[in-house]
Amino acid sequence: MISELFTLNVLVGILTSGVRLATSYLYAAIGETFGQISGVLNLGVEGIMLVAAYTAYVVVLQTDNLWLGLLAAILVGLVMGLGMAFISVTLKAEQGISGIGVYLFGLGLSDLLYRITVKSPQTIKGFQNIQIPVLTDLPIVGPILFNQNILVYLAFALVPIAWWVLNKTTFGLQVRAVGQNPEAADTLGISVAKIRYITVTLGGAFSGLAGASLSIALLNIFQQNITSGQGFIAVALVYFGAWQPFRVMLGCLLFSMVNALQLWIQVLNIPIPPDIALMMPYVLTIIALMFAARVAFVQPAALTKPFERGE
Amino acid sequence: MKTFDPSRLNAIIVPLIAGGLGLLVGAGMLLALGANPLDAYAAMLQGAFGSPNAFADTLVKACPLLFVGIGTCIAYRCGVINIGGEGQIVMGAIAATAVGLTFQNVPAILLVPLGLVGGFLGGAFWGGLAGVLKVKFRVNEVLSTIMLNSIAGFFMVFLLTGPIIDPTTADNAIKIPQTQRLPLASDLWRWIPTRFHGGILLGVVLAILAYILLWRTTIGYRIRAVGANARASNYAGINVGRYQLLAFLLSGALAGLGGAVELLGVTHRLFSDGSAHGFTGNAGFNGIVAALFGGLHPIGTIPASILFGALLVGANQLQRTIQVPSAFVVTLDGLIVVFVVASQIWAQRRSVKRVEASPQTVKDL
Repeated sequence: MISELFTLNVLVGILTSGVRLATSYLYAAIGETFGQISGVLNLGVEGIMLVAAYTAYVVVLQTDNLWLGLLAAILVGLVMGLGMAFISVTLKAEQGISGIGVYLFGLGLSDLLYRITVKSPQTIKGFQNIQIPVLTDLPIVGPILFNQNILVYLAFALVPIAWWVLNKTTFGLQVRAVGQNPEAADTLGISVAKIRYITVTLGGAFSGLAGASLSIALLNIFQQNITSGQGFIAVALVYFGAWQPFRVMLGCLLFSMVNALQLWIQVLNIPIPPDIALMMPYVLTIIALMFAARVAFVQPAALTKPFERGE
Repeated sequence: MKTFDPSRLNAIIVPLIAGGLGLLVGAGMLLALGANPLDAYAAMLQGAFGSPNAFADTLVKACPLLFVGIGTCIAYRCGVINIGGEGQIVMGAIAATAVGLTFQNVPAILLVPLGLVGGFLGGAFWGGLAGVLKVKFRVNEVLSTIMLNSIAGFFMVFLLTGPIIDPTTADNAIKIPQTQRLPLASDLWRWIPTRFHGGILLGVVLAILAYILLWRTTIGYRIRAVGANARASNYAGINVGRYQLLAFLLSGALAGLGGAVELLGVTHRLFSDGSAHGFTGNAGFNGIVAALFGGLHPIGTIPASILFGALLVGANQLQRTIQVPSAFVVTLDGLIVVFVVASQIWAQRRSVKRVEASPQTVKDL
């Protein structure tokens, strides 16, 4: 019953799964952060994740080479991100709607190719957990933080790196300038289009990683709509995290911990409807967005606005 | 006297070219899959229009897209983006289900309107929520509607696996997430032996009403004014927030009504595969596609919905005869959205030039 949730073993189990489940959200949301700070809302993350998840799975199935699968997923994400950049930067298309187009495209394409190329569904041997000497043996934090697969470690390492790039490098400054005041950036000789192309393509590559982390590290299988909305959530988490990588990470952990809790509730057969538990992070996100707008965090002023050079 | 308006023509031609490009890329994909594109498209046409029954099925599939599409037009014309159709369909269907399950012995003449009103209100509630979040709390509506879609999906599955599960299966080991069949009195009129139902006619009437609302009434004029330029509308004394909220209420209500019509006209029970998608079949997104293709005009959305309904029905035939999985059509839908949205730049460029050339057209909003 409920009290079973509070035994040490179960708590450690929940936190361990929670950290692991945060991986895909992290890649997608950190990648999306770059795009949004530069002024482009890429709502196609979900679609890119789906195609990349399929690609990684099928490459590993064929070649047994996990790194090749990962690389293929990143490449697919890169190409789709480039496509999204072309649509939203060069063609200045409405970003919310074109994102839905990319989502439908990815949803259909991944399902279509999966049905054609994979006759019988089978699991693959994905990335295995890596134990870190000494650290893994620590009580409690050892299993939670230091007995995970390489993609989990990388995802969390990405957060400080993203923070550093965005806040401490010239490139990061340019990205923020382009999102905050594209006209001024343009007069200073920064190419708005070039920066936005880079950030959106980069975001695509990270979405590819996010998809791969599902199909060849977490679940080790592909199925229709394997992402089940994670890409959309990642986009919202960037708002939730007020465009700051560490806050975005907290949002990712909020979602993944509730997912983990929900899994354990089912395992332990506790009479809380799982769907009500699953609803909670969405409700929390909406509430957080309400306050985020109130406090007027630094939303990139030019977000979703295509840049038109004044004549 | 009305003069020829080139932007109107653009609104028709640009989506057609974009859609044609989508079909062309689709043909390339079919080739890559080893299927003859001509055979494939012919099979789809045959499947969608080949017999009265097939055509009726196409219209049945088009129906929820039309309801969502009309709502999309209203929201878009007011400058807000409602991508919460999925959730609003679900909430509308839940409300209509509640009506059907509550009133077991009410005659059809009362029960059908009650169910439809339930759907209307359920959708309006869910759309209105996104509206309030935007207007009062400045929450980006794209994000809030996505969240609300998921919440509605979970809520439906929660209801279907517990409170309103079909009582005859509630004790089974494996619970099927669906309700019992709603009373026969709740069924919409149907043209037997086809699946054509009265909801389709209702959709067409509502499309015409939405057109009248948007272009022939003061409220509609203000909705469009807010969409064209919120700041200027504010200076002109229009309460921008109120009209944005109204647009959300209406567009949510239409999607909810679409859910109720699908329930009372086709499925007669609420069910799910564990997500919103199981009941809606992505109509909440496909309806946006139809509206875009119809030039974001309620009347244009009618043929556009039929086209996308035909794609959905044709996809089944494609799977049967050429063995191309029906997921092909979802891909094609996505491509068409991308092409249509991306091509807006040409439609708009022309109309901007037109406004510059003849300044008096500006006031003719």
